[in-house]
Amino acid sequence: MPKPDYLHFFIDPNRCIGCQACVQACTECDTHRGESMIHLEFVDRAHSVQTVPVVCMHCEQPTCAEVCPADAIKRTGDGVVQSARKPRCIACGNCVMACPFGVPEVYEDRQIMMKCDMCYDRTSVGKKPMCATVCPSQALFFGTREQVEQLRPLSTPVNRFHFGRQAISTRVFIMMPAKQASRRPYVDITAAMSEQPRERAIALTPVSTDPFANVEV
Amino acid sequence: MQDEGREVLDVRIDSDAREGLTGTAPASIYRPLHEAEQVTIAPDWRPMDVQPAWRTDFPIDWPQDHYVERREFMKFMVLTSLAFTVGQFWIAAQDWWRRRRQPPAGVRLASLDDVPVGATRAFTYPTEHDPCVLVRTSERTLVAYSQKCTHLSCAVLPQVAEKVIRCPCHEGLFDLESGRPIAGPPRRPLPRIRLDVRGRQIFATGVEERTV
Repeated sequence: MPKPDYLHFFIDPNRCIGCQACVQACTECDTHRGESMIHLEFVDRAHSVQTVPVVCMHCEQPTCAEVCPADAIKRTGDGVVQSARKPRCIACGNCVMACPFGVPEVYEDRQIMMKCDMCYDRTSVGKKPMCATVCPSQALFFGTREQVEQLRPLSTPVNRFHFGRQAISTRVFIMMPAKQASRRPYVDITAAMSEQPRERAIALTPVSTDPFANVEV
Repeated sequence: MQDEGREVLDVRIDSDAREGLTGTAPASIYRPLHEAEQVTIAPDWRPMDVQPAWRTDFPIDWPQDHYVERREFMKFMVLTSLAFTVGQFWIAAQDWWRRRRQPPAGVRLASLDDVPVGATRAFTYPTEHDPCVLVRTSERTLVAYSQKCTHLSCAVLPQVAEKVIRCPCHEGLFDLESGRPIAGPPRRPLPRIRLDVRGRQIFATGVEERTV
């Protein structure tokens, strides 16, 4: 049974608070056998607390499958790139090197690559993936486009990424500010790598009156 | 914030208009993005018709990977049955060759006077690497078998008093009269040596390989 067409995965890295709940929930998915297939990445750990959940983007041109010499990584008809087929995987780690998003992981002890499969046992019956069920800030959201439009009126889902000359479209969406997305409907990763955060001055103006004057304690 | 003309969608999970475990609308109202079976796009974004042949040979899509064409299936069936047919002819040809081969020449083993009733004689037949054993079970009966056990080729030992031929390796027992297995691991009878008595002399004239 495939994942329903009308359900999509939306990632909003802005909303990530780095609680690691998704990573823990991933280990509890029935088919993941206690192993977390996703991880939390720090964007710039020296200067920021910003984190990004790294789940599989389920590319329409899966680079991991393109480079697999053993023909072990397959995509089901609903567009979900599955974890490596156990009888075929030779744990060479090509996919780990090739994935532009850094998703696959090779487990040397059992000689297999395992990656996020969007909790296929759950999504194929219309349930949310484990990570999306626990995310307290809805940085990982699984639902319809209409739902996400209602919930995030200022953002637009984007599923096109540029890595230098490689262009990739994915089945998982990243939420982008609507203003930027209308100008450039893709994420240019190589350009973003050298991007510096804008200087922002936050002015804290002291209030003259006591805001809690009317509050009974 | 909201457009006036736009229909406001109820995002509550448990609203009446919605279905499914995640509280989503039925699939029929949304148009699928792609063909259900073919989802992968080649990295150069060109259609599959102009892609190199290995892309169709090693598809990334699961349905294509599992798809077996009718022609491919027929080819497999025809070639497999052809191989079986050729195998049958090969077996028949081998059998024909074996039958055409000249029977080994008769070899004198012993004189009847040298073998009293209940006695055994070891000999080699047809070559010196084929140990056999001759047993005189009664005044008018002589039997001879290859000495190689049909289980794992240990040397079998006739025990005339018990009317068996015993293999000491795994306690296999053969019937002395017929050479057929009666106990233990052997499943096939011992090859019987055809005997011919000319005057008072015993000759071995052939080997009778048996399967049952």
